[in-house]
Amino acid sequence: MRVTFTANGRRVEADDVWEGESLLFVLRERLGLPGSKNACEQGECGSCTVYLDGEPVCSCLVAAGQVQGREVRTVEGLADPETGLDVVQQAFVDAGAVQCGFCTPGLVVQSHDLLRRNPRPSDNDIREALSGNLCRCTGYEMIMDAVRLAAARAGASGEVSR
Amino acid sequence: MSPIRTEKNLQSITTAHPDGVGGSPLRPDGILKVRGEFAYSSDLWHEDMLWGMALRSPHAHARILSIDTTGALTLPGVHAVMTHEDVPGAKFYGLEIHDQPALAFGKVRFQGEPVAIVAADHPETARRALDRIKVEYEVLPTLTTEEQCLHPETYGYVHEPHEYKADASGNVVHEQKVVSGLGVTDEVRATADVVVTGDYEVGMQDQAFLGPESGLAVPAEDGGIDLFVATQWLHVDREQIAPVLGLPEYKVRLTLAGVGGAFGGREDLSMQIHACLLAQRTGRPVKIVYSREESFFGHVHRHPARLSYEHGATRDGRLVYCEARIVLDGGAYASSSPAVVGNAASLGIGPYEVPNVNMLALALYSNNPSCGAMRGFGAVQACFAYETQMDKLAAALDMDPVELRRLNAVSQGSVMPTGQEIDAPAPVAELLRRVKARPLPPALDLTDLDLRDLPGALSNTSHGEGIVRGVGYAVGIKNVGFSEGFDDYSTARVRLEVIGGEPVAMVHTAMAEVGQGGVTVQGQIVRTELGVERVTIHPADTEVGSAGSTSASRQTYMTGGAVKLAAEAVRNELLALGRRRYGWTWNDLSLVGGKVVSASAGPLVPIADLLGDSAIDVTREHHHRPTVAFDKETGQGSGHVQYCFCAHRAVVDVDVELGLVKVVELAAVQDVGRAINPLSVVGQIQGGATQGLGLAVMEEIVVKDGKVLNPSFTDYLIPTILDTPPQPVEVLELADEHAPYGLRGVGEAPTLSSTPAVVAAIRQATGLALNRVPVRPEHLTGTGG
Repeated sequence: MRVTFTANGRRVEADDVWEGESLLFVLRERLGLPGSKNACEQGECGSCTVYLDGEPVCSCLVAAGQVQGREVRTVEGLADPETGLDVVQQAFVDAGAVQCGFCTPGLVVQSHDLLRRNPRPSDNDIREALSGNLCRCTGYEMIMDAVRLAAARAGASGEVSR
Repeated sequence: MSPIRTEKNLQSITTAHPDGVGGSPLRPDGILKVRGEFAYSSDLWHEDMLWGMALRSPHAHARILSIDTTGALTLPGVHAVMTHEDVPGAKFYGLEIHDQPALAFGKVRFQGEPVAIVAADHPETARRALDRIKVEYEVLPTLTTEEQCLHPETYGYVHEPHEYKADASGNVVHEQKVVSGLGVTDEVRATADVVVTGDYEVGMQDQAFLGPESGLAVPAEDGGIDLFVATQWLHVDREQIAPVLGLPEYKVRLTLAGVGGAFGGREDLSMQIHACLLAQRTGRPVKIVYSREESFFGHVHRHPARLSYEHGATRDGRLVYCEARIVLDGGAYASSSPAVVGNAASLGIGPYEVPNVNMLALALYSNNPSCGAMRGFGAVQACFAYETQMDKLAAALDMDPVELRRLNAVSQGSVMPTGQEIDAPAPVAELLRRVKARPLPPALDLTDLDLRDLPGALSNTSHGEGIVRGVGYAVGIKNVGFSEGFDDYSTARVRLEVIGGEPVAMVHTAMAEVGQGGVTVQGQIVRTELGVERVTIHPADTEVGSAGSTSASRQTYMTGGAVKLAAEAVRNELLALGRRRYGWTWNDLSLVGGKVVSASAGPLVPIADLLGDSAIDVTREHHHRPTVAFDKETGQGSGHVQYCFCAHRAVVDVDVELGLVKVVELAAVQDVGRAINPLSVVGQIQGGATQGLGLAVMEEIVVKDGKVLNPSFTDYLIPTILDTPPQPVEVLELADEHAPYGLRGVGEAPTLSSTPAVVAAIRQATGLALNRVPVRPEHLTGTGG
């Protein structure tokens, strides 16, 4: 089948898609967008998190055909091309929240969504929001630091990127 | 839209900043990683690429009667189906003992053993092809218990006697005794006032790295193979791959693709040989990416262990003797079991002075999943047992458990049970003192409760009733680097040249960056030694000499040391050039801020001017001081390069009615000799401790009759951010004069002590014995298990 949708603001099309393919597979293997990760492909780890029509979803659990005509935003489309990095991405680098980095794209998207909804999250708010994203390297302390830092910086500049 | 990601994306990364050793510059790969642009092994793509996949045995032990691949070969889109008959070279490979077939023949010895491989144009085609391969098995009885494995005359062998085995006998892969002092005799026992004994069990833990096993094999024009892969040691992979392909080593070239964590699980081969075989057969690039389920079958795990300990002490708390027996289940193939046994035996008494020791550690062949390297490597299992013993002994003596440990702690100059003197700082008592002195987290405030603070958290399982707090302590000892006479040297190449008017240092090693931050440290070291800001990290590949494995907490020590040696050699050459050209006579020259500087005369000349159009390019090997093998009967010998130590305090809240545990705080104090990158050091300690927390309360591969019952992240749980508490870390820097910059390996020690600390805290809260990890809810509620 053919699937047509918007990825990071651009209209994309994938041909000869097998009906069993996930959105994650189409992004990674057909559209050259491998930033969303394939750590479990069963909705347990959050490494494939993308926005689908503005809502964060596990792209491994979305059948490719379900995104026909819809809008997808991946980690590759998070940063303003002008400024280079989103405030969340910069905070993850600065706080030491990146080790192997395989969980990072999913955590960055999920944290981005948290700060859009709740610009000043408590520690428990952060833990609750990120509880579906596994990280095996960091022990999460520096991920907590990163989200706190991003919230503080976004607060100081008055705006979280949309 | 970013372009399709090919192996050409595995490129050098150049960054510029002033931070050298002791600073915390940002990771050179950090920006790529947060943007989703870092090229991991599973991201690679190639024109004309095929997908490889393996058919795995459903049985833990069976004879293969026949394999019929006809149905798979005739499926459109399938380009190759291969069995053991199609392996052109050696049929076996292995890290230490070549006992594992590239593709099974004759027998399968564990559930998930690869039997056949296919290459197809789509992963779904490959899956359907696997379904069409007919394998006829005769199922055999399994050997899965210690009792069965130790009695081959009754239960048989996993491998026929002396078939592809070095020094193994029966179903024992390797055993190591350690006897010191008078050993443990009746006379020795009689000198103890108090004796405590215990039988302990540690479940099978999985590394659970997030990036699945994956890589891309590309056939080359010279008949060789270029393999782009996530691994821990490129050169040892090549050593094992090339003979199976029937190729000389120089025709198998490996480049490190992005690695999504490792923790020991990538020390053995997984998909490497299969992808290369299929690429050789089809003449096309082949990509293999494991699913999470396949990953559970595709790599070795931490050895489950049964441990029996007996400690005797005087009335005032001095340890008199320790007798211990550690049985590790190595599963179907040897992997690194011999070295795991060596660690368990030589470190299994813990960081304590014990005058009389009788220790036996052994690893078994069985039809359970193969076990090998995981962070802490043999020392983790023992630490849970000896630290539990310390708490038991403290209780028997009515002593404070931390004071008992401090009283018996090793220090610099102590002699280990192997006879090896600890000739570097060993501040075990101080680590314990400091971790105990830390302020405790506040008690639960039941009047202003956030349910997310309770065990059960989001599940709304309690409003504070039935919650009991406990506090526990533990400390551990781990070796750094490969031991027992192994020369695990590292190689580094450093090149200094002027680019765009500025001196740029390039570092080229084969070190596997698996997330630990080795690439950051390499940049810091050349900045310190060469006084430059711009550093380029060359992709890791086999074009340069071996860097050894990214394991055993060794890369900063070993490859960091090699980078230091190479950079020093570059500096010496540069300064010699200056002396020749300018007739300098100062002996106080260094490279700082892009200039040659004399401590007495000040800046002399910019490096860029001195170097001009020439380049200095030096390769150096770094060897640690030699070690020796342990004597087989007594375990005597200076077998370890360096020791490292970490102490933990865990504070837990336990819902004693539901058996739920929440770790409230996990505090660590560790001596790192010198923190080359303080931010990364803390990250290693917190990450390592969290894996130990997982082993304490949730992580276990459940195996029944050789079958894995929970090969998914739905059923094999690792700690989430809700399960993981704040982790204050205090870092001591007591230099080890034998090591580069005085540093000490960091990554593994915290994985030892966090497990027993958490369990000790649960014991204090519940009063239960808890001699097995992971501790499950049913162990706390007495409702089964």
